[in-house]
Amino acid sequence: MMSTYYAGLLADVGILLLGALSVYVILATGQLSLGNAGFMGIGAYLTSYLTVTAGIPLTAALMMAAAASGLIGVVIGFPALRLKGIYLAMATLGFGEMVRSFFLNFEAMGGSGGFDGMRHVSLAYIWSWAAAILLLVAILERSQLWLEMRAVSDDETAAGLVGLNTTTIKVGAFGFAAAVAAVAGGLFAHHHVYIEPGNFSFERSIDFVLAVILGGSTVGAGALVGALLLVMLPEYLRFLAEWRFAVFGALLIAMLLVRRQGLLDRSLLGMFGSRRPA
Amino acid sequence: MNNNQEQPRLGLSNVAISFGGIRALDDISLAVMPKQIVGIIGPNGAGKTTTFNIITGAYRPSKGEVRLDGQAVTAKPSHLIARAGIARTFQNIRLFGDMTVWEHLMVAQPHNEFPLRRLLPARWANPRALRRAEEILEFLNLEDVKDRTARSLPYGLQRRVEMGRAIAARPKLLLLDEPVAGMNHEEADEIRQLMLKLRDKGLSILLIEHDMTFVMNLCDYLYVLDFGVMIAHGLPAEMRSNPAVLDAYLGHAT
Repeated sequence: MMSTYYAGLLADVGILLLGALSVYVILATGQLSLGNAGFMGIGAYLTSYLTVTAGIPLTAALMMAAAASGLIGVVIGFPALRLKGIYLAMATLGFGEMVRSFFLNFEAMGGSGGFDGMRHVSLAYIWSWAAAILLLVAILERSQLWLEMRAVSDDETAAGLVGLNTTTIKVGAFGFAAAVAAVAGGLFAHHHVYIEPGNFSFERSIDFVLAVILGGSTVGAGALVGALLLVMLPEYLRFLAEWRFAVFGALLIAMLLVRRQGLLDRSLLGMFGSRRPA
Repeated sequence: MNNNQEQPRLGLSNVAISFGGIRALDDISLAVMPKQIVGIIGPNGAGKTTTFNIITGAYRPSKGEVRLDGQAVTAKPSHLIARAGIARTFQNIRLFGDMTVWEHLMVAQPHNEFPLRRLLPARWANPRALRRAEEILEFLNLEDVKDRTARSLPYGLQRRVEMGRAIAARPKLLLLDEPVAGMNHEEADEIRQLMLKLRDKGLSILLIEHDMTFVMNLCDYLYVLDFGVMIAHGLPAEMRSNPAVLDAYLGHAT
């Protein structure tokens, strides 16, 4: 039997993996979102409301929250994705903070006091979702649609001129990411059985981005590697006591200098998978 | 204008556009008939690329109309113009740098019949698109480099990939912006042969080119622009001896 300590860490990895995937999908269209914790928060509060107050089973509640968050993602995405690069990053950051302060003032669900009453879920349940969505992303990565997303990311004008509707592709990716982040939030809420607005702050969004950059920003499986590193590494560096976050930061900078695409990339993945015939 | 009675594939009528009070194009009308190769020539800054940008919807003309097979497509969103049947290449090549040659040929193909197939793995989900990608690879002699990223290819091959991507979109009309710029004679002649084959397959081609010999040997019809004004049009042989053309264009050229 796994110790509760490791079970807790692995649950964090699964939840972070989903958050990282939500950033990865948006990144695949060439956009950076710093507000995905906002969608995570929406998912956490909505799922908790549905299970605790409305008495809906968790799986159904997660799906409903994902759909609602995805819809919000699409609605936000239309105006937001007119912005590019750093401007979009700032706008999504603003969105994340907006969601956080909304729940801070939303007394119906506890406001700053937080919300509880959720039933704790098993590690296996969390990882079923994480694995299913990772698999879904891995399939999508091989699709025509993903080629279209990469084309949009590479050169939006040229992509439009071969007949790709760049707006639909970008907004669609944003909506899908919002849905995935909401699942992360719902699982988070039912793992910790207590949520407060501070759980879904800017730092959480940054964690998602870090996991992607660290693990590999060009392949979905990189999010898994990144989530593992981000959760486990500070634990293994515990012997460094107060210095461990400084060392962690230094490792991150070193990684960006030496290997900008992150730990995992397509050629490394190819070495594990099917080798090309010579 | 082309003295032809059938409906033109592409028709521009009285198109004008200004940038910051400066008239870049003034009252431009031209036509490209089905299965015709038409050239736009003129000195630098004559408005040739601007004309392309108007046709593909990047600019909205202040006056005039663009028609494809009689349907107005003026200033429509560029992806709708592309789907209506116009594909283009750029003077400064614009490829998707990190994508392979094969991926370029796949991504540009229209997926109207079964949109949900776009969600399935591209390597097997749409046999028709795969076959077409193979055909284009063969047609452009790009089979050996199909798994190379666009960024890693030499200039001449990049030009061919860009043409392949345009062809993959199944256009009725191909706009080529200086397709042989920077190429030597053999390379240019290869491109010329390709264009003739495409024409025989039913495509119309409108091209911008500085290389006069190339244009004269290839085009069925020529339009000559100078400072945003159409100064002459006609058969290549006529243009060669047209005094206005000689003065404006050949006069400045090498």
